[in-house]
Amino acid sequence: MSRIARRFATLRQQGRGALIPYVEACDPDYDTSLAILRGMPGAGADLIEVGVPFSDPSADGPTIQKAALRGLKGDSTMKRVLEMVTAFRDGDDETPIILMGYTNPIEAYGPERFCVDAKAAGVDGLIVVDMPPEEADLLAGPAAAAGLDIIRLVAPTTPDDRLPVVFNGASGFVYYVSITGVTGTRTASTDELAHALPRLRRATDLPIAIGFGIRTPELAANAVRAADAAVVASALLNTLEGTLNADGRATARTVPAVLEQLRGLADAVHAVSKTVSK
Amino acid sequence: MSATDTQAGANSLRSGPDGRGRFGIFGGRFVAETLMPLLLELDDAYRAAQADPEFRRELDYYLQDYVGRPSPLWFARRMTEQLGGAKIYMKREELNHTGSHKLNNVMGQILLARRMGRTRIVAETGAGQHGVATATVCALFGMKCAIYMGATDVERQKPNVFRMRLLGAEVVPVTAGAGTLKDAMNEAMRDWVTNVHDTYFLVGTVAGPHPYPQMVRDFQSIIGVETKEQIVAAEGRLPDAIVAAIGGGSNAMGIFHPFLDDPEVRLIGVEAAGCGLDSGRTAASIERGKPGVLHGNRTYLLQDADGQITEAHSISAGLDYPGVGPEHSWLSDIGRAEYVGATDQEALDAFQLCTRTEGIIPALESAHAIAYAAKIAPGMGKDQIIVINISGRGDKDIFTVAEHLGVKL
Repeated sequence: MSRIARRFATLRQQGRGALIPYVEACDPDYDTSLAILRGMPGAGADLIEVGVPFSDPSADGPTIQKAALRGLKGDSTMKRVLEMVTAFRDGDDETPIILMGYTNPIEAYGPERFCVDAKAAGVDGLIVVDMPPEEADLLAGPAAAAGLDIIRLVAPTTPDDRLPVVFNGASGFVYYVSITGVTGTRTASTDELAHALPRLRRATDLPIAIGFGIRTPELAANAVRAADAAVVASALLNTLEGTLNADGRATARTVPAVLEQLRGLADAVHAVSKTVSK
Repeated sequence: MSATDTQAGANSLRSGPDGRGRFGIFGGRFVAETLMPLLLELDDAYRAAQADPEFRRELDYYLQDYVGRPSPLWFARRMTEQLGGAKIYMKREELNHTGSHKLNNVMGQILLARRMGRTRIVAETGAGQHGVATATVCALFGMKCAIYMGATDVERQKPNVFRMRLLGAEVVPVTAGAGTLKDAMNEAMRDWVTNVHDTYFLVGTVAGPHPYPQMVRDFQSIIGVETKEQIVAAEGRLPDAIVAAIGGGSNAMGIFHPFLDDPEVRLIGVEAAGCGLDSGRTAASIERGKPGVLHGNRTYLLQDADGQITEAHSISAGLDYPGVGPEHSWLSDIGRAEYVGATDQEALDAFQLCTRTEGIIPALESAHAIAYAAKIAPGMGKDQIIVINISGRGDKDIFTVAEHLGVKL
């Protein structure tokens, strides 16, 4: 069983939802992002998304765009991102790590070599924003061979008859993009989630995470009431950005501020008691 | 979108893309899932429109009475004499309404958007030609219009920005990155993903996710279809070479496509070499890039070893893009079309040559094509024929040119 499957099985046994925070690699520098990553499990992260900086994140809002540019300025490369995961695995063999990014840096690295190296570094799953099922063959074989989960995105615009296409080849969990829009902007209403989730549940047995627009402990708690996990990215990146000095460098407040906010989100998520299903 | 394009046989070079929207390894649909159902819907709607004679009739009506087609094929006698070699013909796309070839595609897509019931249009623009064309048809049909334009381009293409605003469009300057076409494209995609319920993304070039490269090519193919008839009428034969400038590559694809199965016709795409192909300040994606994925398609891209897209550079805002349409990438790989570069300086020289010898002020984009034609014409025989696609007029560029010539306006 993969780390991701194991983690969701445990959470289900405990009747809890999961919090999945996001950290952008090398934002604003390698050491700071590694310190945040290392601190996340202790602050309540159940799984972690590590963002791979890309120059043109066209599905992301301004907050993640800025984080990606800071990451690139902080000398992020795919090699560095994998080194960061390796360093994290030194002290944590349990918390699943999902890399989130765009196709081109993976293609430039070489899809097969990338999957092998990512697995060796301790990566568990991949979310490739601009790789819909129609283009998934680029990674499907190498990822399966390496034992990496491919986490599929599903959107409010995805019609019911397309759900089987989206979920074919999905593993680990499913990421529900809860709004039509970019990251860090609008939030889905409770009504919208109540309508969306049963539709997805009918089409997949995989755990479902909700992302886009979850910025407060209350919204995170709402999300895990409806689904299995809440992804929080832009809210944490905004906090990080607020602690940087005038030159854009990390300060003594950077790591603690992000982790403190994460703790608040995690407490709210973990306070939600989920009835054990199945 | 001539009938022959859709009926091209399996061995024809005009039969692409395949069912996945690919030309060889290039093209595809690399977009977020939110957009994928929309692309599938667009593909269906476009096929239905292609099969509907009423759509064709409607488009022909607007192309003739509003765009002003057909555009003439002009024998450039003085330029021919001055260069002393091959006969130079110019396909006069700058005479279209709004001053460039862009309206051919925009007219087709706006009619499609109306068929699909969309009420709001978003578009990206570099030089502003596509933005002006889009704002124009939105005024014509009373539709809401948002044009994303890099802040750098807003600055260097002020007349077009004012034109778009006069036409009622909202022009949104994009400050991300270098503030050029690539950044405008990112932002237009973000708008589309946010407003999918009522918004149509009107792509201006033969790039982006399938079916855009195919659709834009089909709408622009009218250029090549007319050129073929006109050159046969004038000379009784096909030309020896066709030369067109390449940014994303829509004017080139439009004039090349009807000639793909005529191997005796050299097809030459002229990329913007900027300060020189090896200067590091260039927009020559095919000559200096490598295949990668950006803005929904796999194509040649200017990028670093880690797959990060690098900034393009060209004096011409319309060519200042680090990618190129996927069909051009394929035509380059299979050797059917040749891709070369012209520098900023060569384009400026050609701009003046064309203006002085023919009384035609070309767009700086088109001046790149003229520059290369002027380079090869003297070495060709007097009985040989070159057709240059004059994709746009240069009124919008006079401030840029004046600055480079050291003239204060």
